[in-house]
Parts: sequence; C-alpha cells; structure tokens
Amino acid sequence: MGRKLLLEHIDVPGIETFEVYRREGGYRSVEKALKTMSPQEVVEEVQKSALKGRGGAGFPTGMKWSFLAKPEGIPRYLVCNADESEPGTFKDRYLMEKIPHLLIEGMITSSYALGANTSHIYIRGEYMFVLDILEKAIAEAYEKGFLGKNILGSGYDLDLYVSPGGGAYICGEETALLESLEGKRGNPRMKPPFPAVKGLFGCPTVVNNVESIATVVPIINMGADEYLKIGTEKSSGTKLISASGNLVRPGVYEIELGLSVEEFIYGDEWCRGIANGKKIKACIPGGSSVPILPAHLITKTAAGETRYMSYESLSDGGFASGSMLGSGGFIVFDEDQCIVRNTWNFARFYAHESCGQCSPCREGTGWMEKVLYRLEHGQGNMRDIELLEQINKKIEGNTICPLGDAAAWPVAAAIRHFREEFEWHVTNPQEAQTRNYGLLKVTETL
Amino acid sequence: MVSTHELQGAKPPFSDERLKEVQAIISKFPEGRQKSALIRVLHMAEEDFGGWLSQETMDYVASLLDIQPVEVYEVATFYTMFNMEPTGQFVFEVCRTGPCMLVGSDQIIEHIKNRLGITKVGETSADGIFTLKTSECLGACGYAPMLQCGKVFHEHLTPEKVDQLIEDYRAKYAQLKNQN
Repeated sequence: MGRKLLLEHIDVPGIETFEVYRREGGYRSVEKALKTMSPQEVVEEVQKSALKGRGGAGFPTGMKWSFLAKPEGIPRYLVCNADESEPGTFKDRYLMEKIPHLLIEGMITSSYALGANTSHIYIRGEYMFVLDILEKAIAEAYEKGFLGKNILGSGYDLDLYVSPGGGAYICGEETALLESLEGKRGNPRMKPPFPAVKGLFGCPTVVNNVESIATVVPIINMGADEYLKIGTEKSSGTKLISASGNLVRPGVYEIELGLSVEEFIYGDEWCRGIANGKKIKACIPGGSSVPILPAHLITKTAAGETRYMSYESLSDGGFASGSMLGSGGFIVFDEDQCIVRNTWNFARFYAHESCGQCSPCREGTGWMEKVLYRLEHGQGNMRDIELLEQINKKIEGNTICPLGDAAAWPVAAAIRHFREEFEWHVTNPQEAQTRNYGLLKVTETL
Repeated sequence: MVSTHELQGAKPPFSDERLKEVQAIISKFPEGRQKSALIRVLHMAEEDFGGWLSQETMDYVASLLDIQPVEVYEVATFYTMFNMEPTGQFVFEVCRTGPCMLVGSDQIIEHIKNRLGITKVGETSADGIFTLKTSECLGACGYAPMLQCGKVFHEHLTPEKVDQLIEDYRAKYAQLKNQN
C-alpha cells in the first residue's frame, strides 16, 4: 500500500529546484505530450484514468475537460485552484511548497491538452510564502524553455502566472475564484453558464485543484491503463491525505486509495494511532464540510464491513451512517473532545466565511453559530436542537453555491450521531462547563 | 528580514521599483483587465504603506489601476487579510478553527493575551509593537497550533515558543527603529 506517484521524490534534497526535479525524471510528461500526443489524446488519457477531482467534490477531471467549449478565435484558460481553505486540508500547500515543479509540469501538460496559451494559478493570500516558491520555479521553467514561446520546439506557447487571494474561504468555489481573479469580491456566479462555456474574462475556462493537475503528470507518464491498476475499481490512483487532530503523527500522506481506515489511523507507516494513548471519539474524513463519523462507524461501516479510504467506502451508508472522502482533510478527535464545542467552532467558521450573497446562508449560518454558542455555554434548551435542524433544512439546497450545504452538513451530522451529547449540554448546563461528555454510550459498549 | 510591513506612517506613492512591479502584474492580464491586479497590488500597498489600507492608500491604488475608488473599497473590505485600521508593527494571527482548537489554540490565544497585557482579540499592545488577531483555518492543521505573522507561519506552538517569538519580534522592532 505504499505506492507513491506524487510524493515519490519529496525527500530528495533540492527537489524544489528545476535541476534536481529534472534529474529525478521531472518534465517527462511535457516531453511525451508535446512530442508524441495530440491535445485530444491527452484529454482522452485523463478521461480513461477515471481521475476524480481532488479538491473535494470528486467530479471526474477528464469529463470536466471534455465540456470545455472551443469556439474559434477566443482564448481558453486553465485556472488552478490553490485556494486551499477547507478546515483540515493542507495537502496542496505541502505539495507546492516541497515540489513546486510538479504542479508547474502538470499545468503545462494540462494547458496543452486544453489548448490554453495563458494559465493562472490562484493561491490563497495567506500562502504568500508559497507564491514566492512557485514564482521562483516558474522563472526557472521559462529559463529552461518549458514555458514561453515554442516550448521544446513544438510550436506550443504557454504563459503561466500566479495570483494571490485576500483571505476568503468562498474563493475556493470555482466561480467565486474567477470573480476574485478578475479583481472583484468573491461572490459565486449563477450557473449556467458554467465556466467551461463562460469563465475567466467571459472565455471558456477549466478550473482544477492543485492535486488533480499534479496527478495528470503520472497519468501521462505511465498511461491510463497502468494508472487504473492502482487504487480500487471505483477510486483509481493515489490521494493526498491531510491528517490532523489528536494523532501521534499528523501530517500529509500519499495513500493508495483502498487502504483501510484502521491501517491509516493506527499503522506505523501512517498516523500511528491516537495521541497520549487515548481512545478515538470521532473522525471527519474529508474536510470540515463532510459529515462527522462517531467511533463505531469509522473503521467499520454500519453493515460491519471494513471501511476503506476510498470515495465509495467512506460514503457507504449515505449520510445516515457514512461520510465522504472530500478533500482528504482527515480530522481525528480523541475521547476528551467536545462535539458541541467543535460544531460551534465550525459553525462560526461558516458564518465568518459566508459571502453574504444568499440570505439562507448569510442569515442561517449566523443563527446556527448563535444557537450552538448557547448550547455550548450552558444557555440552551431542547428546542434549540430542533431549531438547528430546521435552519439546516432551510439552508441546504437553497443557495447559489455549495457553501450553504457545506455549512449545513456538519451540524446535521453532529446532531444525528451525537444527539445525546447535545441533550446532556441542555440538561446539565453547569456540569457541561466543567467537563466534557466523553465517549458515546454506544462506543463504550464496543 | 522584516516579516511584516515597514515602520508605521509610510504613505503613497510607491517607489519606482515597486511601480515597475505593478506594471509587470498588470501585463499578466488582457488589455482592459488591469483590475485583475487589484488584490496583489493591495497586498503590496499594505506592506509599503504602514500595514493597513487608509482611504488615501486605496484611492491611490484606484488611480494606479484606472478604476473607481469604490471598486477598491468593496474588495478591500471583503477580504479578511486586509487591515482597515492601523495595527501594531507585527500582527499575530492565531488560527482558531477546529483542528487547531483540538490541540490547544484557545490556550495559545490566552497565553498571548496575558503576555502582551491585552484583554481581547483585536487589541494592540500598549507599546504599539503587537496586534493580536485570530484567523480561520490557515492550512497548517497537521502542525497545529500555529500563528501567522506577515508571510511567516509559526507552527507547533507551545507557551514557551510563544514567549521566544515575542522576544524575537521585540528585537526585530528595536532593530527597525535603529535603521530609521
């Protein structure tokens, strides 16, 4: 299970430089694509690989590419979404910081496939130090003839630029990102038209996550057939997982999809178990927006089968007893953590980050934060728990962009699985201020 | 290296060298789309002109990009990284979101408050050197708790590390003062 496609050379000293990256086999996918493949062949290879978008939604990358409109005489753009802001997710930063040329190589190969002659990387403003690393690497790529005019004598031209955001979670939503890249507030656009038809500056645009674009490199190098042999039938390839919370060894890991969740949390090669010898209480496997899983549904599904790190296994049971792989932001909670407090913390995050365009989200996220604050601080009543469920239903599906859903899901899931802990906060307001609830009763009997 | 802005009080215009940088940023975008340079130029303006965006600074940026001042105001106020009021010389932005909270960001925030002698987040220390802010997830969850100061991420924080940081930045401040 230790197969590495993206991070294989991550520990090679100097891998952030062009020279070392090239020596380790870097930029081969650009040579292969530009010299031996047509753009359409590159698109088909990525389609065949069944690569699912690594940003969180899991939409097939190749299919997204195939939707790109190609009217004559109008430029097309590839925009890389490096606005990594989903709580619990820090894999793109790691990749860009440690091995920037991998992203640049992926951008060149992908831009060639899409027929884009100008491409942009939009990076969150807080990663300004990573922007410096990327710009340095881009300058090297220009110098070595991998960017600019007539790349490798193929007649293909590409300019690649990096632009920072200003601190707004919402700009990770692709149409908000495009607004921001045009120098505006990050308010998501109504769809349709989709970016594939009308995106950056009104031109056809593909927006892909950093990891998705980087993964194009091994797909082109090894070919889709070889790539499909890695992972599971429905989840091909490898995935970067950002592990955080109460773990012995948090960090970024590249896993082959299909690794068991138990092995990932407790295995020596990975997170090495829960810190300080404590028990696990809960886990959010795919970034703060996906449903939280209580201890008894983390390593096993509701049907008692082994749970794996894959799109299909993590979502087994739907929202009733499953979750999602999402962005791979894997957050682990030990027995001393308070679920009400954590749910309030995330509600505060979404209230802070709502762009304010749609009333259900603008008002609803604020209400949820206030109600959860009451519950957490011993001022809530039973009616508040119902109220949260009602607000939830009124946000979900009623907003222009998915932030509304992303704000509603974690609250709904926390109440679904940890209702007894919410009720305990209401019935024991004094005690709830002095100690945490601990594990669920159902867990204690395991 | 100074990790945040130059000493307080600097005002527009940009130096010739910085103006060249602005032109280079504008040239990345199609003709007539110079507004795309706005966010990056605002970051530069904040760095050069006292660490915050005064109306004078924003109006200057509007004139540089040939857009209406209101187009700058609405963007500056939307994005949380921009300071709309003067701050201390160094701004500590402590991440307060879930994964950081799980491993003790609340305690780090309390510790900084005590050390700087301030009562709540958002305040500046009496000597004008530090402002304490909190921030939503900064993408360092595996290296939590953490804070950002300027471009630098300080990770795996403990109360002892925070004390050392405050000392280091105080020394930097003294150095800056001597230079000016």
